[in-house]
Amino acid sequence: MTDQFPILIIIIPLLFAVITPLLGLWRENLCYPWVILSLALCMLCSIFVLGRVIDTGVIHYYLGGWAPPWGIELVIDHLNALMLVIISTTALLVAVYSKRSLEQELDSSIVYFYTIFLLQVTGFLGIVITGDMFNLYVFLEITALTGYALIAVGEDGAPFASFRYIIMGTVGACFYLLGVGYLYIATGSLNIADLSRLLPELYGSKVILVAFAFFFVGIAIKMALFPLHVWLPDAYTKAPSAASALIAPLMTKIAVYVMLRIMFTVFKPSLSIDMLPVTDIMIWLGIAAIVAGAVMALAQTDFKRMFCYIVVAEIGYMVGGTGIANSVAIKGVILHILNDAIMTLGMFVVAGIVYYQTKGHNLTDFKDLFKKMPYTMAAFVVIALSIIGVPPTCGFFSKWYLIQGAIIADCWAFVAALLLSSLINIILFFRIFEIGYGFSETHGHGNGHEEVLISEAPMSMLIPTIITALGIMLIGIYNQPIVNNIIQFAVPKL
Amino acid sequence: MLDFIIGKYNYWIYIILMMIGFYAMIGKRNLVKKIIGMTIFQTSIILFFVSTAYKKGGATLPIIEHAHGHGEHVGHAIEASSYINPLPHVLMLTAIVVMVATLGVALAIVIKIYRRYNTLEEDEILKAIK
Repeated sequence: MTDQFPILIIIIPLLFAVITPLLGLWRENLCYPWVILSLALCMLCSIFVLGRVIDTGVIHYYLGGWAPPWGIELVIDHLNALMLVIISTTALLVAVYSKRSLEQELDSSIVYFYTIFLLQVTGFLGIVITGDMFNLYVFLEITALTGYALIAVGEDGAPFASFRYIIMGTVGACFYLLGVGYLYIATGSLNIADLSRLLPELYGSKVILVAFAFFFVGIAIKMALFPLHVWLPDAYTKAPSAASALIAPLMTKIAVYVMLRIMFTVFKPSLSIDMLPVTDIMIWLGIAAIVAGAVMALAQTDFKRMFCYIVVAEIGYMVGGTGIANSVAIKGVILHILNDAIMTLGMFVVAGIVYYQTKGHNLTDFKDLFKKMPYTMAAFVVIALSIIGVPPTCGFFSKWYLIQGAIIADCWAFVAALLLSSLINIILFFRIFEIGYGFSETHGHGNGHEEVLISEAPMSMLIPTIITALGIMLIGIYNQPIVNNIIQFAVPKL
Repeated sequence: MLDFIIGKYNYWIYIILMMIGFYAMIGKRNLVKKIIGMTIFQTSIILFFVSTAYKKGGATLPIIEHAHGHGEHVGHAIEASSYINPLPHVLMLTAIVVMVATLGVALAIVIKIYRRYNTLEEDEILKAIK
């Protein structure tokens, strides 16, 4: 039974997604516990698989018993075992959180939302778990299609944002597919392990270089790397709170995972680092993304949009760190995938709560919220400190590794960009804190003792938020065990 | 030069089609024209995959010889250049399904946009959103 856990991780959300609409026909209010049940099972399987990988090493699962390279293979090593846990935990937290905000925001039935929600989680898990290039493309498209649908049900203007995302996303996915095609012409194989064995003989070939270029551009569109990020802010701002809380932390991080996989597993680091100038390009793209994301975030008056630009900047950290390509920086990148997933989740979860309570997502809507929602805002302070990078929280440690890696590689421009973006993050979040405490207001008319009633967010929204904040603290405190037991083995041999 | 163009005409056709589709996706202001461009773009990739599977003259069947045992022969049992490969066709069946699904989602969203703004021109929609 436990041998089947790798496939169950995908099968559970997929089957539950198919049954959800039927269940919804019978009893609509059963859908919510149903989704939570499926994601909880999925999370238990992922945690079990992670433990198994830590104990015994890489797990290979042959679908239908067909050995690779003919059959499709699921390969789980330390990197994607960690990703599986991140994805299933985030999805579970968002599912718990989603109920009240969906009741308020959706005018149609929640049954279909939950169906697509589970399908999206299936796609995320599938991208990460598979060991086959074409299979990865199919899961990438499942994720993208469900993402378009989830975004399109949002507020006014969401369908148009979603349409732009479709156009960009399709170009990205098609480029990826072309890359797969070129590799297939050259090697006759689609299996990642097989490809990494066959490819080194062909590294001089132009076909392989074209394939690499197509992969890189395709994935860069999917992860919203700076010049190609234009679809992201609109789409994530207009999406329903629950959808943006699911998609924003995961989609971009999974694209970073795919990039790491292609650069260091499909192609050997010897091609990606020594033979192509791609790492230099990545460092500069990363710097551009960090600076542009931070500056654009500073210009926003809409806090959800501001968070979107922070995501763009965070992508810059990870791409730049991968470009530095020494083992310390890659360690930082992988740790930052974990940290950024949970921090972005935190940001969008709080954004959803504020939207739920105030019906707006302008910065001024934070006014007096420290008095009205003390617990939510306490969690928000932890999340904000983590994004800024203050020591006990997890954000500090991945930035530390990234900066250390950059110093070893003498990339001072990247260090400067990282520190600049941290400083801008301080401005961004302390501006919100100032509005939240209403300093300027009480100063104005001396009798600043208006009674503000506490109206905390509903429990189903508050608990995931507090768990996220606690998670940020715990990952920060226990970062060493995580790095030593998991991430150290996930770093490719450079 | 002429040999280069004629000998690899299938790639030229796929690149030209792809660029037509790409132009329509980026250059056209009408949403339905963008979707048409997207479909041309995806179709060109299908054409590319299927045409790569074809071999002129001397092609054999894709039967793997001496592969009864598992493992040892895996690497060189498949000689990708000597047979008409059925696998790209199968892959493209999946890609066609993906393409149709994308088209469906895109059209559904366009209908939603049309109901809301009563137009499909990008400029007018942007003006209405502002």
